[in-house]
Amino acid sequence: MTDDDRQLRVSKIRNGTVIDHITGGQALNVLAILDIDGTSGESVSVAMNMPSDRLGKKDIVKVEGKELSQNEVDVLSLIAPAASINIVREFEVVEKHRVSRPSLVEGILECPNHNCISTEDEPVRSRFAVVDDGVRCEYCETIIRDNLPAHILAD
Amino acid sequence: MVGGGSGSKMRHDHIISAKQLSRADIEAVLDHAADIAADPSAYADRHADTLLGLLFFEPSTRTKMSFTTAMKRLGGDIVDMGSVESSSVKKGESLADTVRVVEGYADALVLRHPMEGSAKMASEFVDVPLVNAGDGAGQHPTQTLLDLYTIRENAGFDDLTIGIMGDLKYGRTVHSLAHALTNVDARQHFISPESLQLPRSVRYDLHQEGAKVREHTELDEVLPELDVLYVTRIQRERFPDESEYRAVAGQYRIDSETLKAAKDDLTVMHPLPRVDEIAHDVDDTEYATYFEQAYNGVPVRMALLDLLLEDNE
Repeated sequence: MTDDDRQLRVSKIRNGTVIDHITGGQALNVLAILDIDGTSGESVSVAMNMPSDRLGKKDIVKVEGKELSQNEVDVLSLIAPAASINIVREFEVVEKHRVSRPSLVEGILECPNHNCISTEDEPVRSRFAVVDDGVRCEYCETIIRDNLPAHILAD
Repeated sequence: MVGGGSGSKMRHDHIISAKQLSRADIEAVLDHAADIAADPSAYADRHADTLLGLLFFEPSTRTKMSFTTAMKRLGGDIVDMGSVESSSVKKGESLADTVRVVEGYADALVLRHPMEGSAKMASEFVDVPLVNAGDGAGQHPTQTLLDLYTIRENAGFDDLTIGIMGDLKYGRTVHSLAHALTNVDARQHFISPESLQLPRSVRYDLHQEGAKVREHTELDEVLPELDVLYVTRIQRERFPDESEYRAVAGQYRIDSETLKAAKDDLTVMHPLPRVDEIAHDVDDTEYATYFEQAYNGVPVRMALLDLLLEDNE
C-alpha cells in the first residue's frame, strides 16, 4: 500500500493541516491540546494505530480549513515527538516540518499541585518550563514526568 | 547585589526563591548584615519615609516582627494588611488584585501566603520590590539568608557538613536552604521518615547542581560527622490528615543525651517555632544556636531591605 492510498483512507483535504507520525493512540490528546473538539465547525479526520515503518503504529489528524502555526504544534512534541506537520493548499503539501520541543508551554496544562496558585481563580495562565524529562510548573515548581495528557487543562 | 559588601547594588527586583541567589548575592547580604550588626545606629535614618507593606495571609510571629523591626530600624515604617479575616480577601478578592492595590501604598512588599507559587505570581503584577516571606510548602528565602548568616558565623562555609532533619517534604525553610547550600562547599545529609523526604522538584535541582547529598532515616547514622544540625518542626497544618501527622510526630526529637554523640562544636539550629523536636535541656548547652539565629533575622532583613530599596530608589 502506498502512502497516498493510506492517506486516502482518511480522505484528502483541500486546505488545512495534516499532522502525521503522531505516537499511536495519542490522536485524541493531540486534538485536546490543539483545542479542537469539532464544535467550531471544522472538518476533522482522525486515523488511529495505522501501520508505520518508523513508529510501528501511528495516528494521523487532518484538520480542514485551518493552518496551524509552528507555535501551536510545538507543544505536541511533548506527547508526539516524531510528529510532522503538513500544510495543505489546494490538495498540495506546501509546507512540511517536524515539531520541535518548546521551552515553555502556556495555558495548555493544569498544575497537578492543588495548592499551586496557578490553580486558583487568579488572572494568570498556567505556565510550564520544558525540562529534561518532563515539564515544570513555573509557579510552584512541581514536575510532571508521566502521562501529560492527563494534565491537559479542561475548558 | 553584585560585587559584595555594603553599598553594592541589588541585581534582583524581587526576592522569590533561594534559587535566584548566587554566592556573590549571598555574601553581599551577609557582609552587609555584619556591618549593620556591628553598628546598627549608623543605619537609623537610612530609609526615612519608606513604607514597607506587609501582606501576611498566614500567621507569623518571627518573620513579621523581624521585618517590622528591620524596617523601623532603617528609619522607615510599615503598613500592615492585618489578618485575612479583617481584609477584603475575606470578600473573595484575588491575590493579584490585593497586591496591585497595596503596591500603591508602599515602597516594597513582603508577602506570606499559604499557596505555592503565590509570591512568584504576585511579583508579576507589581513594580515595587516584593519579598517572599513563605509561599505554602515552597520557599522562604529570607529565612535562608539568616540561616546562612548563622552558619557562616558559627561553622563557616568551607568543608561544611550539615544535617537537615524533620519535615523535608513540606518544610519551605528546608527547600530554600538546600538550594542555597549548593553555592558553598557543603555536604548535605537529609534525615527524615520516608514519608517526609525531599520533594521531587528539590531533588531535581540538587541533582542538577551536582550537590553532595545523602538521605537517612536515623540521625545516629550521621550525627558524629555533623558541623551543623538543622532541625525543623513536623508541621501539622501541611498534612492532609491527622493520622499521617500522628504517625511521624515526635519521632525526630533531640535532647542533651542524643547530642552526646555529636562533635563538641556542633551548631544546633531551628527556624522556630519548635514544638517538642528539641528538648528544653538543649537550650543551656553550647550547641544551642536557635535563639541567636532568630535574632539574626533583624540585621539580615535590614541588609536585604537596604540593598533592595537602594537599587529601586
